[in-house]
Amino acid sequence: MKNIDLIKLPFNKQNPITVQVLGVCSCLAVTAQLKPAVVMSLSVIVVVMLSNLIVSLLRNTIPPRIRIIVQLVVVSTLVVLVDQVLKAFMYDVSKQLSVFVGLIITNCIVMGRLEAFAMVQKPWPSLLDGLGNGLGYSVILIALGFLRELFGSGTLWGYPVAEKLGLYSLGYENNGLMIMPPMALILTGLIIWWQRAKNKDLIEQ
Amino acid sequence: MNMKWLEQWFEKIEPKGRWSWLGSTYEAFHTFAFTPKAVTRTGSHIRDAVDMKRSIIIVVIALIPALLFGMWNIGYQTYSADPSNFNFQFSIFNLWWFGFLRMLPLIAVSYIVGLGIEFAFAQYRGHEVNEGFLATGLLIPMIVPVTTPLWQMALAVAFAVVIGKEVFGGSGMNFLNPALVARAFLFFAYPTHMSGDKVWVAADLWGSDAIAGATPMGVLSSGADISIFNSQFSILDMLIGTIPGSTCETSVIAIALGAILLLFTGIASWRIMLSVFLGGGLMGLLFNAIGGTTYLDLPFYYHFLMGGFAFGAVFMATDPVTAAQTNTGKWIYGLLIGAFAVLLRVANPAYPEGMMLSILLMNCLAPLIDHCVISRNIKRRTKRAYVGTGRALSAEDRKEAHNG
Repeated sequence: MKNIDLIKLPFNKQNPITVQVLGVCSCLAVTAQLKPAVVMSLSVIVVVMLSNLIVSLLRNTIPPRIRIIVQLVVVSTLVVLVDQVLKAFMYDVSKQLSVFVGLIITNCIVMGRLEAFAMVQKPWPSLLDGLGNGLGYSVILIALGFLRELFGSGTLWGYPVAEKLGLYSLGYENNGLMIMPPMALILTGLIIWWQRAKNKDLIEQ
Repeated sequence: MNMKWLEQWFEKIEPKGRWSWLGSTYEAFHTFAFTPKAVTRTGSHIRDAVDMKRSIIIVVIALIPALLFGMWNIGYQTYSADPSNFNFQFSIFNLWWFGFLRMLPLIAVSYIVGLGIEFAFAQYRGHEVNEGFLATGLLIPMIVPVTTPLWQMALAVAFAVVIGKEVFGGSGMNFLNPALVARAFLFFAYPTHMSGDKVWVAADLWGSDAIAGATPMGVLSSGADISIFNSQFSILDMLIGTIPGSTCETSVIAIALGAILLLFTGIASWRIMLSVFLGGGLMGLLFNAIGGTTYLDLPFYYHFLMGGFAFGAVFMATDPVTAAQTNTGKWIYGLLIGAFAVLLRVANPAYPEGMMLSILLMNCLAPLIDHCVISRNIKRRTKRAYVGTGRALSAEDRKEAHNG
């Protein structure tokens, strides 16, 4: 596989959320607004990239029987670091994300990439694979965060779009369902629908 | 009436050649007007006078008493809240006319949006357009408050048809009742328009303003005393339906007329209908035994008269697509709908009405109920089975028979 494919494939054919259906919990939980979605995306990109790199460097020294626990130690160290950085510099977003930063440890994308890729590949491709999957995850998160904040709260990154456009005086109202997690699931489903309609390879027989 | 001219006209405009892609739209209007000439000729079929079109039409006819009464009640509620808001001279017909004019836009939006999407999907997929939406499209405006803004209505109908039905493959494939999906969408997306005291009574003929008018359940969940409740709503009021509520759900008598037609024609399952009332009644009695608050002490039959219980039991729970299919399953399904509806009403102050959520919940569980009933039946019958050797089947044999 060419290195560029490691970045490109997760955007479409190998997307962690819409094709592999990994990391769905956080995708439902943190996308009610755009800002936490972006911050969460960045955190996951950092964690999955660096953990892929570290585990790939260590891969020949890890005994197979304890590999999961070694991976977990690496991932949780990184997650704690990310969590501390968020608490130090973005306290309000960190509060919004609450447990979901900590839960990156259990994010299936991270563990999945470590097991399936970093354990058997060289460091550079592993780093790229982590970046690609992190970005593939981010695309969906940011799309959801954009749609949910726009239609659910009438704002974007806190900026009152609907109010500035004067929609409320026309009788427009925010859609309360959008800020509930079930609607994130439905929107994810719609994205999967759209993706499969465009890409026939993804349709199972 | 001689319809020959219409039939000839249909034959004349049948799309051919470059217009043949319009086939399923044409076919929909043709079968709406005439019984299809082409019937299945091969294979084994039971021939019956009831087809999809006829059963849907019977449901629509069964809805008419509730619809007509609901229209009258819209006018009556506006008039009795404040006669000066009533744009017409007072008469029974004008009360109905007022309600008719209020309901017409809701019904029109529901049908135009819903059928538009149905036609688009059928056209795109090359399917025939299904009659199912004729009932759904009428049900949706009947179970929302009269003051629902039209754009919200359009959005809810689109959501119900696309997410509730078409993504699963269209009529007959959906596991949730589409009309209730539309209502649930409105309930969660625009809660201020769907509950509270200020949505049930239209302030005037046009516009979306509303006058205060509490529903029985609104009064009860606000913790009012039973004497206050009785002074506002008598049993007779609730039976006839002259109370505020969603447009066409208030009159138990009008709903009962529809129920009789549905049961007489066998379109709706009597098992489901009966068991919903049984489940609700049993839950009500259980709460009476606990007692303590007004709601807990409320006689169980009040639950049948208030809100959407009767309407849901007759027209929603019995939807043959989303209900349980096995006879035992229907009993379980109905009992739980009734029980959950009353439980939600009494125990959860956040949701004054529990019928919608309880039917949707049981829609989700119906396939599981059927699965359990069927596998139990298979187990019971394989126990009886003997193979040629004359010995009863061993545990392994049974497992094999079950899996095979």
